[in-house]
Parts: sequence; structure tokens; C-alpha cells
Amino acid sequence: MENKLNISSSPHIRSKITSGNIMLMVTVALLPASAFGVYNFGMSALLMLIVTTAAAVLTEYVYEKLMHKKITINDFSAVVTGLLLGLNMPPTAPLWMGALGSVFAILIVKQLFGGLGQNFMNPALGARCFLLISFTSQMTTFIYDGETGPTPLAYIKEGSMESINSMNMLLGRIPGTIGETSVIAIVIGAMFLILLGIIDLRIPGTYILTFVAFIGIFGPMANENIGFFDPHYITAQLCGGGLMLGAWFMATDYVTSPITKKGQILFGVLLGVLTGLFRLFGGSAEGVSYAIIISNLLVPLIEKVTLPKPFGKGGEK
Amino acid sequence: MALLTFKGGIHPDDGKRLAKDKAIVDVKPKGDLVYLLSQHIGAPAVPIVEKGDRVLKGQKIAEAGGFVSAPIYASVSGTVKSIEPHFNPTGAKVNSIIVENDGEYEEVQYAQVKPLEEMTKEEILNAIGEAGVVGMGGAGFPTKVKLSPKEPEKIEYIIANCAECEPYITADYRRMIETPELLVGGMKVILSIFDNAKGIFGVEDNKPDCIEKLKELTKDEPRMEVVALKTKYPQGAERQLIYATTGRAINSTMLPADAGCVVDNVETMINVYQAVVKGIPCMERIVTVSGDAVNEPGNFRAPFGMNQMELVEAAGGFKDEPEKVISGGPMMGFAMFTLDVPVTKTSSSILSFLKDPVKGLEETACINCGRCVDACPSRIIPSRLADYAQHHNEEAFTKMNGMECVECGSCSYVCPAKRPLKQAIGSMRKIVLANRRKK
Repeated sequence: MENKLNISSSPHIRSKITSGNIMLMVTVALLPASAFGVYNFGMSALLMLIVTTAAAVLTEYVYEKLMHKKITINDFSAVVTGLLLGLNMPPTAPLWMGALGSVFAILIVKQLFGGLGQNFMNPALGARCFLLISFTSQMTTFIYDGETGPTPLAYIKEGSMESINSMNMLLGRIPGTIGETSVIAIVIGAMFLILLGIIDLRIPGTYILTFVAFIGIFGPMANENIGFFDPHYITAQLCGGGLMLGAWFMATDYVTSPITKKGQILFGVLLGVLTGLFRLFGGSAEGVSYAIIISNLLVPLIEKVTLPKPFGKGGEK
Repeated sequence: MALLTFKGGIHPDDGKRLAKDKAIVDVKPKGDLVYLLSQHIGAPAVPIVEKGDRVLKGQKIAEAGGFVSAPIYASVSGTVKSIEPHFNPTGAKVNSIIVENDGEYEEVQYAQVKPLEEMTKEEILNAIGEAGVVGMGGAGFPTKVKLSPKEPEKIEYIIANCAECEPYITADYRRMIETPELLVGGMKVILSIFDNAKGIFGVEDNKPDCIEKLKELTKDEPRMEVVALKTKYPQGAERQLIYATTGRAINSTMLPADAGCVVDNVETMINVYQAVVKGIPCMERIVTVSGDAVNEPGNFRAPFGMNQMELVEAAGGFKDEPEKVISGGPMMGFAMFTLDVPVTKTSSSILSFLKDPVKGLEETACINCGRCVDACPSRIIPSRLADYAQHHNEEAFTKMNGMECVECGSCSYVCPAKRPLKQAIGSMRKIVLANRRKK
């Protein structure tokens, strides 16, 4: 034989799935919510999504180029971050604000901490919270059908349930950020990821169930008009704000969620409690973003207390 | 009935269709035979022949070098050419007896053996040890030692490892299809050493024909049972197999005997039968030659010491130059840089591939997806352990149960970032073991 044989450590076969495939599939799963956002809010939404995505990819490219690192934009992770941030922007926010958010997400939250896999909080949510604090008014002004008005969640916070139309909330025909309004579009994307085995129900399932239990029990304490486990109230809380987008697409971010199975359950419970606390007793009607980034910070601790037992020491069952 | 199994594991393409239906073919070696003096765990065997001696097939040419060791027999007749180091399949040089084959296959007269019923347990064990039988699934641990636990009366299960969970390999499958009675005979021999034990044949359910044959053969054997296991890698790993068949779990600090179990694979049990009932020493084994680079994949009865290239030629030679040749299975086998190595007691297969499936795979950052955690049969966290290994953090590595790894490679297989997780963890385990020995 003329050519030398290849030598490598076992195993000598590998599965076909790569990090890039996974991120690409997440991007695909975000398309129904993106498409609905554009349909619901028009051209300004489309432009915002394009700008945040492009700015995220460009920031990653420029940073890696300047730092003489390997260019990793083809792993689609910057695309996912940019698109997620765009879906979290109000359609009326100025485009430069979206671009600034993307730069913050990629540069500050992701790259300065070591790049993919090293960020301690979800980059898109970190950027959203940065924008919320810095530009509160533009980030919380929602114009729908030409009228500026509160989101359904803000009405609920005030305790006025009369104006709430659950069907419109399910479909997404309500004011809000670009990608958060349509429960149906979000869940279609999430089901796609579940079918592919990219995410599972552990985090989103426990998150949503805990949240329902929390507001079912404590809802009446926050507002006297609300009954114990009031179905209309719970439906509106579930469909309103960023809960669905957050639970299915941001709490499930691999990098910033626990790797242990029990830890994922605990993480979901923590998210449900924090979201409930913020929404019922906090200053703002919304609470998903803060609940997720705070829980992200607790992941190392959660993992520490949920280490699995190995096989032969109780972990085999 | 629900299939027996364990938690974790993977489902790679099994590739067994290439050689599954190819009956075992006898092959005769042409060139020199190379008998590695170390082809088992333990002390190397000690040569008892000299250069120029004529040896016969079945003649002992090296004596066991200690309690944990095994003797070696000539598999052809011929002349001892030299005793010198030769490459083994893992790429190390090992002292070897080299015999020039005279092509006559003149065989020694084997001593008459007593019927099994008249043999004492000690005589049975000695016959197994004297025949040079070792764990032929890949570990190479001397079988006599394995069958001599401190408290034999506490052994409750003798488990025949018929899982053959490594992709491509069909050697045990062919053994079970063609001569299942030898396997059952081997089980009978081992059961006669352990009065309180029950024999279990654990077969993956992708081999229903084997399950049927074994069930038929053991229907009048009250001490034997055939169980179907879920087809999943690594179902044949010792700890996982014990758990699947008996529900008992052992960790790295325990031996199967601590859970009342002894596990032997198909080829080993058949050699136990040959040794004890027929008085024939361990001289040959079934080797699967497969992969997309060979013309006629198949299963061969190959004498130990035969050059592996000759075995590839017996399988019709290479279609084209392979990029990768593996001794053993694709999950745990060794990539070889040359085929100029002999068939050994643990050579279950030679797999050749035109394209190296792992060549050019680029390692990217861990995204913490947890696929390795799902796949790990030891229920540990491979991605973190690999980090500790790469940072030489021995303390964290052992604290996070790195020593529980069985090096099955499932983590590396599933990793979407293509990190060499098993390689990192395996290297660290060796360092930890070496440091423990120093103390």
C-alpha cells in the first residue's frame, strides 16, 4: 500500500449531527414566529429582523477577524442570537437600536466571555434587558393598528379582564414585540424542534406548569378581581408577553441551561416562580426576560446540587 | 416481555448486513506465523521453544508467565525461526515467537480427556488455564482467573455475552448460528464449576434467529435461560450486560463476582468447551473481515499468529486502498497503521474503510447540549470530565466520577461539536491509574 493508513483514537464513527445543523434547525423553527411578526406588523418588523440578524453576524465576524480567531459565523449561532433579539424588539423601535442590541449581545455577552459555549447568560436576552434599561420608553411603546396602547398583559396587570380576547392572543393579533405575540406560530416552531430531538419538554414543560400553578394560587393576592385558578386569567397570562417565546426558545438555550436532567427540572421551576413573582408583584407587567437571565446566572449552582449519581452508585435506574 | 436494557447508549448504523450471512470459512496461513507472547492481560508468556526447534500444531510453545497469564500454542507445524519483537494490532512491539509454516499441519496427539461428569472443579479450571483460554471479546483476561473467584458458592449468574453490540462484527453471530451447541456446551462446563449459578444467554433482539436456536437447545436445561436484550450500543459492555440481565449494578471499584456474576463472551465459552470437553488448546478464532474497502466481507476461522493481510486477501483483498483499518469494532477498536500484524486471541475483526469517517472532522466549542450525558451508560457528564482532563485537573476529574467511565465512546459518537471526549477522558483515566500505582 502506498498511502499511509489513518490513525486515530476510537470511536471511528460519529453521528452526522453537528452544532451548525442544530443552530440551523433552531433558525428554521423561528421562521413561523418571524413570518407572523412580519404579517402582523408589516415592513418595519421585517427590516428589524434583517438588521438585528445581520448586525449579530457582522459583529461576530469583525471581532473574530480582529482578534485573529477562527471565523465561526457559519455555525449559525450568531444568526439565532440576532434573530431572537429581533423577535424581542417592538416593531416600532428604531433600527439602530436593534443593531446596537446585536452588537451588545455578540460582543459583550458572548465574545468577551470566550465565545460560543462560554456565555453565562442568553446573549439575546442580555441585550434585550440592556436596551430595556437604556431606552425604556422606545422599548415599551407598542403601536398596533395605528394606535398606541398597552399590551394585553398591561391590561391584566391593571386587573381589567374585560378587554381581553383570548383567541386574538392565541393567534397573535395583539400588540407586543415582533415575535412574541402568536402562541400558535411559536408552538409550531417548538414542536418542530421537539420532533427533531433538539429540545425536550423538561425545561419548557416545568416552566409553564410552575408558572400556571404560581399565578393560579397567587393571582388573587395580586389582584382582587381575579379568582383562584381563574381560567380566563391563566389563559391570558400564558398567551401574553414573552412567556411562550421565552419558554420554548430562550430558556431551552443549551449553553445557558443546566446540563443535568434534574437541574433542568429545577431550572424550569425556578423560571416559573420568578416569572410569576415579577409579573404579579413586580413593577412591570412583563417578567420573562429577567426571570431567564437571573436563572441563567444560577445554572452553575443548580448543576452543583443536581449532579447525577453514576452507574453502580445508584444512577443506573 | 419488555426487552432488557440499561439507561443511555446509542444506535449507530450496525453495518452487520455486509458479513452477517457469510458462513464461516476456514483459512490456511501462507507466510510465517507470529505468536505474540502478550496477547492477554497479565504477565507475558515465557517461550519454551528455541530457534530451530520443530513444532507441531497444538504444541505448547510458551508457558504462562504467572498466575494472571496464559500459555500459547502453535497453530501450524513448522520451525521456530526466531524469537523477537513484533508489532501487535495496537501498534506496540511485543516479544513474539515466529514460526515458519511447513504447510503440513501435523498435529500433536491430544491427551485423552475424562468425561465432564467425572472431572473435579479443579481439573476443569486447570484444563481451561492450560489451554490458554482468555476473554476473547477484546479484554483478554485469563478465563481461569475469572472463573476462580474467592467465594465460588456466591456466584449466582453465569452470563454469556451474546450481545455483539459493536457495529460490523458478526463473528459471534455466526458462531451462534452455526454451532450453538458448542456455546451451550461451554456454558455447561462453566456451570459445573458453580453449583449455585444459573446460566443466562443475553442476546440482542436484532438476532432473533440466535435467540430461537439457543432457546431450542436449552429447553431441557433447567439451569439455563435465554433472554432478549434491546439492540443498543454498548449492550455488551460488562457492567451494562450484568445490569440488563440481572438488575445488579457494579461500579469501577467492584468486580462482576461482587455482584455474584461472571460474564464470558461467545468465543470464550466455545473455547472453554473445546479445552475441557475435547482437550484442544486455544489456537484459532472467528474473525470478521468487513468494511467497504474489502471485496468479499466474511467470517473466517483464522489460526492465531496468521498475518492479518493474508486474512484480508482471503476476503478477496482490497477494492481500493483503504484510508482506515481497524482491529476490533468501530466503537472501541484500534486504528492500525499496518496490516503486518498477527491475528491474536482478541482479534474479533478487521474492518477496512475506503474513507476514514473521522478524518477532517473539525472540533468546535462545546455548546452544552447534553447529548453526551444522555448517551453515557455510566451516567456521568462526559463534556465536563473532558474539560477537567484537558486541564489536568485530576482532583475534579475523580470527584466528578471520571473513573466510572467504561470508555465505550458513546459520548464522542454523539457530540455535535465533534469533541474527542472519550480520548480525553480515557487518557486522564490512565494518568490517574498510574498515579495510584505510584502511591
